[in-house]
Amino acid sequence: MIEQIFPNVNWETMWEATYETIYMTTLSVAITAVLGILLGLLLFLTSRGNIWENKAVYVITSVLVNIFRSIPFIILIVLLIPFTRFLLDTIRGANAALPALIIGAAPFYARMVEIALREIDKGVIEAARSMGASMSTIIFKVLLAESKPALVSGITVTAIALVGYTAMAGVIGAGGLGNLAFLDGFQRSRDDVTLAATIIILLIVFVIQFIGDFFTNRLDKR
Amino acid sequence: MISISNAKKIFKTRHGEITAVDDVSLSIHEGEIFGIIGYSGAGKSTLIRMLNGLELPTSGTVDVNGKVISGINSRDLRKARQKISMIFQHFNLLWSRTVRENIAFPLEIAGISKSERTKKVEELIELVGLDGRGDAYPSQLSGGQKQRVGIARALANDPEVLLCDEATSALDPQTTDSILELLVDINKRLGLTIVLITHEMHVIRKICHRVAVMEAGQVVELGDVLDIFKQPKESITKRFVQQVTEPEETKDTIEHLLNEYKDDLVVKLTFVGESAEQPVITNLIRSFDIQVNILQGKVSQTQNGAYGTLFLHLRGNSDEAKKAVNYLEQASVGVEVITND
Repeated sequence: MIEQIFPNVNWETMWEATYETIYMTTLSVAITAVLGILLGLLLFLTSRGNIWENKAVYVITSVLVNIFRSIPFIILIVLLIPFTRFLLDTIRGANAALPALIIGAAPFYARMVEIALREIDKGVIEAARSMGASMSTIIFKVLLAESKPALVSGITVTAIALVGYTAMAGVIGAGGLGNLAFLDGFQRSRDDVTLAATIIILLIVFVIQFIGDFFTNRLDKR
Repeated sequence: MISISNAKKIFKTRHGEITAVDDVSLSIHEGEIFGIIGYSGAGKSTLIRMLNGLELPTSGTVDVNGKVISGINSRDLRKARQKISMIFQHFNLLWSRTVRENIAFPLEIAGISKSERTKKVEELIELVGLDGRGDAYPSQLSGGQKQRVGIARALANDPEVLLCDEATSALDPQTTDSILELLVDINKRLGLTIVLITHEMHVIRKICHRVAVMEAGQVVELGDVLDIFKQPKESITKRFVQQVTEPEETKDTIEHLLNEYKDDLVVKLTFVGESAEQPVITNLIRSFDIQVNILQGKVSQTQNGAYGTLFLHLRGNSDEAKKAVNYLEQASVGVEVITND
């Protein structure tokens, strides 16, 4: 039955591509989360009226974030080829996609982190200060703890965008489902391969959304 | 216990400088409940934040229990803040934590061990009357309950001073009273010094021993609450006292009477402590040939004694009425003839 609908699909290569997509997504999401939270915290804390208010740092960070967020991803990959080659000595394979994926997604997530942190009631931060909380206590136990649902829903959106990015990265040789759909499906006119790859990508996206929503709801005590 | 000398706070804004606190000096004794009253923008909020270093004075010094809050390094300031707690108008609880975890937060900051934290939190939950609600999240609590969590959290590190920033302004009258009673109870039981700011004279009347009135960054009047009620000097103080003693309707009635009966007198009597117990009105009616009509009367309890006001409408010939007022003045009650202007 399945073989009739997908006569040209080599399931072994399909699973391999799926694995590559999941590998690229997982790794880039993890690193993007860390970098995005760091950048978001920096943006929030150095903005006007906040604890580390610093106009120069804020403006520079903000401009960089905006630039990298605005470059279309497919162009960003091309622009980053020399950087990737310098870093990994190759521009092929799943690992080679990671720098572009992270640099493309981290600024996007950083803005979401900044917005999440701004949502926190200033009074709660003041209350923590009035108790004698140190900077690290305020960051970990107030800022990040209180914005957890927004941080999780933000990384969910980012992760889904990253699945899309990995498909684009695939086109220039990073492997994964995008690569398979493009080379094996589109260029060889095997529509069933493209369809199978698309369905698997959709399933990955649904699973990410489901997990994200589940944790967002669990964490939200408001 | 607390002494503020020549404290000044100037905020620089795009539209120039704003002097929020203008050369304030005052001292607060150990174990007292000290109120600061003023309208919004009077500088009381900035002043109370100087006591725990959330705001630092532009000039002048702030000394709390021997520590110069206005001049210590940030490490010592954080340490000092553990003994100078604060509660807030909007409670400022962490919504991601349960009641128990919220109360434990200052203990975590102070580095108390887990087992001691658990023990202390249970004691505090009981002290503020939140038994059984320990695992609730703030969003599941009423305003009054949230403030009880705020108070429990503030008491966690056995503070020497409790600062209350409009702690009851977001609560309904009944809840306000129960929170105020809790504060008085804590003050008596733990000997805690309480400094509160408010715009409601009701709060001052109910729990404060002494009060400072602030206007435009300055303390314009300061004294025992009962004395301030008896003899408010500044017009702003009089207005605050009237919040408690004279409801709006009385004012309207008096104005109406003065317009209607131009020859009659309307007098306001004030009773403090024992003078409230003399049969002044009986004597007044028996001794003088006048009609006495009671317009409004009220007794307010303060922390240092009772304070009453009575508005009388006196009808009769003007000589007799004058004699009656004379009698009242002799009888150790405060008398004020109200005129229409």
